[in-house]
Amino acid sequence: MTQIFASQKLRRTAIQTGFIAAIIFVIIATVLTAQRNIADQGMATGFGFLEQTTGWPMNFSLIEVSGRSTYARVLWAGLLNTIFVGIMTLFFATLLGILLALMRISSNALMKLVGTIYVEVFRNVPVILQVFFWYALLTHLPNPKQAINIGDAVLLSNRGLMLPSFSLSGNDIWILLVTLIIGIASIWITKDKSTFTRRWGIFAGVFALVFAIVLFTGREPEVGLISFPELKGLRFVGGVTLKPEFSALLIGLVLFGASYIGEIIRGGLLSVDQGKLEAGTALGLSGFQINRFIRIPLAFRAMLPSLTNQYIWLMKGTTVGIAIGYPDYFAIISTAINQSGQTLELLALLMGGFILINYSIGFAMNRINEHIKLKGRT
Amino acid sequence: MIEAVPPPSARMSTLNWARKNFFATWYDAVFSIILAVLIIMGLNALIGWAFLDAIWSVENKDQCTYDAGACWAVIESRGRLILFGLYPYEEQWRSTIACLVVISTIALSCLPVFWSIRRIPILWIAGFTIFVLLMRGGFAGMPLVSSDQWGGLSLTIFIFAGVFVIGMPLAVLFALARRSNLPVIAKSFGFFIDIVRSLPLLTILFAAAVIVPLLLPEAIQGNKLMRVVIAFAIFFAAYQAEIIRAGLQSTPKGQEEAAVALGMPYWSLISDILLPQAFRNTLPSTINQAVITFKETSIVTIIGFFEVMASGNAAIGNGEWGNQYVEVYVFLALIYFIFVFGLSRYGAWLETRMRLGHA
Repeated sequence: MTQIFASQKLRRTAIQTGFIAAIIFVIIATVLTAQRNIADQGMATGFGFLEQTTGWPMNFSLIEVSGRSTYARVLWAGLLNTIFVGIMTLFFATLLGILLALMRISSNALMKLVGTIYVEVFRNVPVILQVFFWYALLTHLPNPKQAINIGDAVLLSNRGLMLPSFSLSGNDIWILLVTLIIGIASIWITKDKSTFTRRWGIFAGVFALVFAIVLFTGREPEVGLISFPELKGLRFVGGVTLKPEFSALLIGLVLFGASYIGEIIRGGLLSVDQGKLEAGTALGLSGFQINRFIRIPLAFRAMLPSLTNQYIWLMKGTTVGIAIGYPDYFAIISTAINQSGQTLELLALLMGGFILINYSIGFAMNRINEHIKLKGRT
Repeated sequence: MIEAVPPPSARMSTLNWARKNFFATWYDAVFSIILAVLIIMGLNALIGWAFLDAIWSVENKDQCTYDAGACWAVIESRGRLILFGLYPYEEQWRSTIACLVVISTIALSCLPVFWSIRRIPILWIAGFTIFVLLMRGGFAGMPLVSSDQWGGLSLTIFIFAGVFVIGMPLAVLFALARRSNLPVIAKSFGFFIDIVRSLPLLTILFAAAVIVPLLLPEAIQGNKLMRVVIAFAIFFAAYQAEIIRAGLQSTPKGQEEAAVALGMPYWSLISDILLPQAFRNTLPSTINQAVITFKETSIVTIIGFFEVMASGNAAIGNGEWGNQYVEVYVFLALIYFIFVFGLSRYGAWLETRMRLGHA
């Protein structure tokens, strides 16, 4: 008997079999309990509910949604909302982050001071508190009649932020979106020998051309190129309106995220070996060339893994939107659970949605990483 | 042994210092002047709002208007609600002491004396137990206060401490399981950790609060607060496990081999050789994780707990002090800032100290 236990191979197999058996037992027990509880509460199962209409409205969506839309469509709208606010957050937070990083590594002491104070203040306060704060601020703005008017272009009121926009119809936006996707995909797929800058330059040129064409064609002659928000009666017409929920979430996440992204970029820039920069100077490169060909590529390579993590974190952080009523994917799922009672199915969809988003970011960032990583060494 | 001393600082005259830092080039000078003006204006407005024009106490809240500065009277009137939530008024001293106990536990664990694999757990379990006993009461003449009456800062601290006390052992377990040499165990824990890490904290807490009751028999469900703390601890453990795993990987292979060669049993190898080094190597990341966890306790407000964020919202939510939201949010931000900034400064200090080879 002792010899059987002394055999390491047998012991390893026994432990692993036991582990698998325990997991299977837990899963079966959970499923059985769930079935009984669900049957007790008279709830339906399966994904059939996705075809039913919801009966509740959404206060913000990119696609048309009403109380008569199906669950599938409403969930899709929620997922789009999450992706939309997430991508906007990543874009603006990165811009602000770059600015903060440059301020913090500049030789000017005052710039450093301002950058440091910003980072310490915004990084050390929970993001949800910041979102609550901006939401309170935006909803305490004056009513539309007394809206704060900045140069007749931007109007601030408790209904939201009104900004001027290009006069584009829904179709125009779809055309632009398709151009954008095809353009990025073709850059992605083609293994062209031409340089990175030239490919992106051609892409930007083509996109600008398409943009100009859709902007100038198919427009009513009396409508201007740019539409400005105006108060007509009790509601605003023209321009785009950013609802307080959306704006507060975006501002909160951008200001918070920028403090982290700024620190990552700063770390990346500082990680570049001083000797390499000196070598550039010794070779007679100009300051711009040193930055363009030595510092930025090396720093980018160093910061990319942390940046990926931070992007994924920010994407997940959009879920705090539920606290101020922004209908993101999580908010829609939780309302749907309340309304339809299809708890397990919706939970699976929720997990699936976030895993999909996170893996897409991870995939895109890994592609970039492969593109820029040290070549010739494996 | 002679300890390394920090390098001597280069001395510079005040004029040279100013020239180098503010007026190195002409555009530096322009930026400096513009920024200096902006900073002075900002500071002026801030000090005016927060101190000079501020109203510290009022008989009637109508005295607080938009024209004056901050109306700190709202904190005077609502401070207890924010700090203690719905905890019974006469018993709030218990909540205060309980919070102080946990804060001292945090402070004590910053001292190198306690950095041992035996002392730290004892310290934390003791601190946490005292906290729970004081908050709950029900003995020695202290009336029982059930956990649904807990609120405000003490609930935030309870969640934080609970997550730490439950999450740390779990994290060690996850990390060891993930690098176990039994492939089935390593793979399943790796899969589990990756799934947890790719989900938002809020969804995990929501699942624990709302969905777990469907899946578990009633006997082992526990109450909502307990479920949420355990779910939060699992989330924390998934992240902390990766930190510990990195620490384990960074300890030289020879250490483990030497211990095996000496015939040390597995648990002694783990707890005497590997874990102390792993923790020491990853102390800054661990503190960073603690900082993030403290900030993220504010998320539980969304699933209906009355911790300090929610009680702050309640303080301005009833209309009476609705216009003083800035003051209340600033007060809340200060509470978080003190904890988080203190901890993260400590982490940064530790990092420099370790880089110099003192730790």
